[in-house]
Amino acid sequence: MNEFVKLEDVALRYGGPDGTLALDGTSMSIAKGQFAAVVGPSGCGKSSLMKLVTGLNPPSAGAVSVAGEKVEGPLKIVGMAFQNPTLLPWRPLLSNVMLPLEIVEPHRRRFRSHAAEYTARARNLLRMVGLDEFENKHPWMLSGGMQQRANLCRSLIHEPELLMLDEPFGALDAFTREELWSILQSIWMTRQFTTILVTHDLREATYLADVIFVMSARPGRVIATHEVDLPRPRTIETTFDPKFIEIVHTIRNEIAQIRNEGKAAAQDLKVA
Amino acid sequence: MKASSQRRLEVAMPWLVIAGILIVWQGAVMLFGIQPFVLPSPTAILNAFFEHRAPIIQHASFTLMNTMIGFALGILFGVVLGVVIGSYRLIYVGLYPVLIGFNSIPKVAVVPILVLWLGIGQPTAIATAFLLSFFPIAVNVATGLATVEPELEDVLRSLGATKRDLLFKVGLPRAMPYFFASLKVSITLAFIGAVIAETIASNDGIGYLMLQASSQFRIPLMFAGVIVIALMGIATYLVFAYIERRMTGWATRGRNLQAAGG
Repeated sequence: MNEFVKLEDVALRYGGPDGTLALDGTSMSIAKGQFAAVVGPSGCGKSSLMKLVTGLNPPSAGAVSVAGEKVEGPLKIVGMAFQNPTLLPWRPLLSNVMLPLEIVEPHRRRFRSHAAEYTARARNLLRMVGLDEFENKHPWMLSGGMQQRANLCRSLIHEPELLMLDEPFGALDAFTREELWSILQSIWMTRQFTTILVTHDLREATYLADVIFVMSARPGRVIATHEVDLPRPRTIETTFDPKFIEIVHTIRNEIAQIRNEGKAAAQDLKVA
Repeated sequence: MKASSQRRLEVAMPWLVIAGILIVWQGAVMLFGIQPFVLPSPTAILNAFFEHRAPIIQHASFTLMNTMIGFALGILFGVVLGVVIGSYRLIYVGLYPVLIGFNSIPKVAVVPILVLWLGIGQPTAIATAFLLSFFPIAVNVATGLATVEPELEDVLRSLGATKRDLLFKVGLPRAMPYFFASLKVSITLAFIGAVIAETIASNDGIGYLMLQASSQFRIPLMFAGVIVIALMGIATYLVFAYIERRMTGWATRGRNLQAAGG
């Protein structure tokens, strides 16, 4: 397997040697161009995983490598999007989407001289998510779903090889969310960038991912890996496929078990 | 239309209130026969203003100049200080108690010290205006910088953004509404500073004029001075409120603009 992202026995501890252990003994590997999802109970260190892979936080133990190289600082081949769209309210949509080009090399150097090319690229992305009419609108004039679509464009504008998504659709209503799954899937199918999606929505994970990692409660650890070999493009119909439902059920049971074990452990602690 | 008459009323409201105050004031003075040296009537104040308009305008422009110079220095220092304490946590933690302590000192108490250093007159008035005006600017700029979303910082830092990139692309634009809001507060404080200093230690300026008028029991002239200060305060406030609206329309979400559905 061509491993693009690889975590080997990684631990992450916040706030010094006595701090909270967010991740412990986490191992996973994701192939180039694969769509991976990470699910787990709340507080299982899913977001810590994001920071590790993008090089924002160094691991306390173990090794993280991306594209065959050890991650030692911020990675420029990464695009990120969070639940909060964090668009800049003073910029219209088009220049919001182009923000990463003003920062990441080599685009930064070429930004002025190749403005037309970059603008075309941004327009193209906006068209893919159906926002081409809104390029001159400011973010606060748009709905949450539209803002999140623009956020997705921003995370893809510099053509990253790795896309990191941290519950990007968590704050949206069910219909908008399902619409965005389909948009994200079609962009991913045309561009084939490696994707890591952190989510607590099991249907979302199963709809989008090739492989799903289930994490345990804190300290987070990968306790199960599921391959999702449903045909693409998947549609809302796919979510009623017995195979789809079976995967969702299996993962739900696994997570329920983790939660129960967690509660039992807490009970034992009280008794003792 | 009901909405448009509501809007017209909103525009007229400040003038109606001012007119109301003046009428009640004038009426009370006439009705109760209040002596001019206790409370002069608005017409008496207006007369005093026209009688002494040359010196009033001269002193007022002196005050205005002191205020503006002090205010300009306050903006410069306030922005730099705000950026520094907003960007570096250690400096923020270290400086905060000192700044709070400094801001709690009534600036009247500082004027004698300034006189000792700068002498009587313009430099002291400028320094007092400066000391009163920089604090809100610094605090607001720092607040603006501190409210940058951590997620956005993560997104940009993962792309290799430097601290400088974050400051210029995100931090400073984000701080602009806070900055312009603080200008409106600070300009009035700068006026207070300049007038305090002139009252205590100056031979020019509207504060000095009022002190002189008071010692000669020319109460209408004193009130004319107060009114002139208030008018200058309102005028400069409006100028900065206008600039604020022009510069940071995005922060008030352009109430007249329609949001797109979807």
